[in-house]
Amino acid sequence: MHALKLAIRNALRHKLRTTLTVVGLIVAVLAFGLLQTVVDAWYAGARAASNGRLVTRNAISLVFPLPVSYEARIRGVEGVNAVVRSNWFGGVYQDPKKFFAQFAVSDNYFDLYPEFVLTEAERRDWLRDRKGCLVGRQLAERYGFKVGDVLPLRGTIFPGTWEFVVRGIFEGADDTKITMHFLFHWDYLNESLRKAGRGRADQVGMYIIGVANPDNAATVARAVDATFKNSLAETLTETEQAFQLGFIAMSNEIIAAIRIVSYVVILIILAVMANTMSMSARERIAEHATLKTLGFGPGYIVLLILGESCVICAIGGGLGIAATPPTAAAFKQFTGGIFPIFTVSGATLAMQAACAVAVGVIAAIVPAVQAARVRIVEGLRAIG
Amino acid sequence: MDPVVSISHLSKGYRRGGQFVPVLADITLDVAAGEFTALMGPSGSGKSTLLNLIAGIDKPDSGELRVAGLDITALSEAELADWRAGHIGFIFQFYNLMPVLTAFENVELPLMLTRLSRAERRERVALVLDMVKLTDRAAHYPSELSGGQQQRVAIARAVVADPVLIVADEPTGDLDRVSAADILGLLARLNEKLGTTVLMVTHDAHAANTARRLIHLEKGELLDSGAGSQDSVQRREGAGSGFAESRIPNPES
Repeated sequence: MHALKLAIRNALRHKLRTTLTVVGLIVAVLAFGLLQTVVDAWYAGARAASNGRLVTRNAISLVFPLPVSYEARIRGVEGVNAVVRSNWFGGVYQDPKKFFAQFAVSDNYFDLYPEFVLTEAERRDWLRDRKGCLVGRQLAERYGFKVGDVLPLRGTIFPGTWEFVVRGIFEGADDTKITMHFLFHWDYLNESLRKAGRGRADQVGMYIIGVANPDNAATVARAVDATFKNSLAETLTETEQAFQLGFIAMSNEIIAAIRIVSYVVILIILAVMANTMSMSARERIAEHATLKTLGFGPGYIVLLILGESCVICAIGGGLGIAATPPTAAAFKQFTGGIFPIFTVSGATLAMQAACAVAVGVIAAIVPAVQAARVRIVEGLRAIG
Repeated sequence: MDPVVSISHLSKGYRRGGQFVPVLADITLDVAAGEFTALMGPSGSGKSTLLNLIAGIDKPDSGELRVAGLDITALSEAELADWRAGHIGFIFQFYNLMPVLTAFENVELPLMLTRLSRAERRERVALVLDMVKLTDRAAHYPSELSGGQQQRVAIARAVVADPVLIVADEPTGDLDRVSAADILGLLARLNEKLGTTVLMVTHDAHAANTARRLIHLEKGELLDSGAGSQDSVQRREGAGSGFAESRIPNPES
């Protein structure tokens, strides 16, 4: 208790130096938290994916479609209880920078996605209108879409200007669900392609499969792929989460770089903190020698330096952690919804705290051991 | 009466640049209980080294060294630390107070190593602060005190745990004449009224005259020893008035 009192007073002794170190710690812990949250945001979609859903696509590449005739055969595989057709549309709304995901889906989409909530009236309106579309709440808020709005999309994969009428806005069942996508009738897309007569009709980008028992997902996936073995369009079936992680894997280098930067920030502040503690310990050689002369052991000196370092890190780390959620909220606002889910997780807060503690302890080790080892006679000579 | 300090054929040297430099050679000396001894000598004569050895903050190369009947050369570093806490009071030239602690807290420091309760510690600190006439400065930090006041705090810290021996290394070396006289008078009163053995290193003849016994060191050898001046004895005798008469109880008793 006495050591803690002395450590706190020592920490506050050089106010400017302590303030600057604390500011450095706040920035480092905050930056670490935000970078970790960016990585978390990247994985938000995969985390939200259900293990009760499979995605079947062309085994060669996602670019190549599958015949619509596969649907009936997939339904026939044991363990499958629902199949949804889905095509990536890739249209442009006003400006390519205003990007959002658009999917043409079969009408039973919401049966497979209970995490997206749509009112019965909106669902009915959508089903009645071939050109009707549904937008997620986050997307609607970002671009100000309302029910009844007509949204023109310029097709890139499917040329032409496509007009849709917003018939409903679906919500996420909870805050972790991303509702940044746009859905419309797969039949509308298919009929339009059939009319265009370019031979692109009756093709499905991917099938989303509902599995009766998630424990059997792997077996069902193998059965689906076996069904189309040696066909012209062999399939690759994987869990929705694996499918999502496949996309994330394309950005693996970026994510790795962000992670590395977040740890480098901590290493930098560790070096700064170690320097601060070395300076403090060096300045107090005579005081430590005096304490040893009075009978305090080397352990007490270690405790003093360790305590001082941890006090500074507790202040800096605590303020950094406290600043992270509001800063993340501001960051989300500032980036205009690039990350629909940008919430600081409990794990990130715990990692920030662990980093602050680690910096406090590691930075003090060398100065503390050195100070404890200084001979009393040599330490007392440091005076005057 | 057994001597508080008993030294026999003590030698000490240091290694500097690969060469062995002898500092103390074959020192034999006894300091009786209750003595006020001044250790004099020019710079580099080895007086501070001898003081450090007696205080248990350095170890001799050879010879015997017993303090309060204990052979301290046989103690480990941890045992020495415990022993110092219970037996030795230190007074330094530059006071060596903790700048972040108040005068009260500085005096309390040695008691943190005892089993005394907080109330007992406070009572004892108040007593010694009263002895050194700094009760009204108890809440002040060292930076708010004059040099003489800081040294009085250091003296209070040295006596608060009722040590067997007080070692003072140039206690007036950083003070003006008036403050130095005040500190020397205080040490003399402590020695006289409390009976605490005081061993003081100084190169100031005026300061040395305060002591009852003078020991001269030159080039690491004990030259002679003798009594302090008659003036100092008379001065001491007149300095007792107003000093707290109560004996400081030993915290371990």
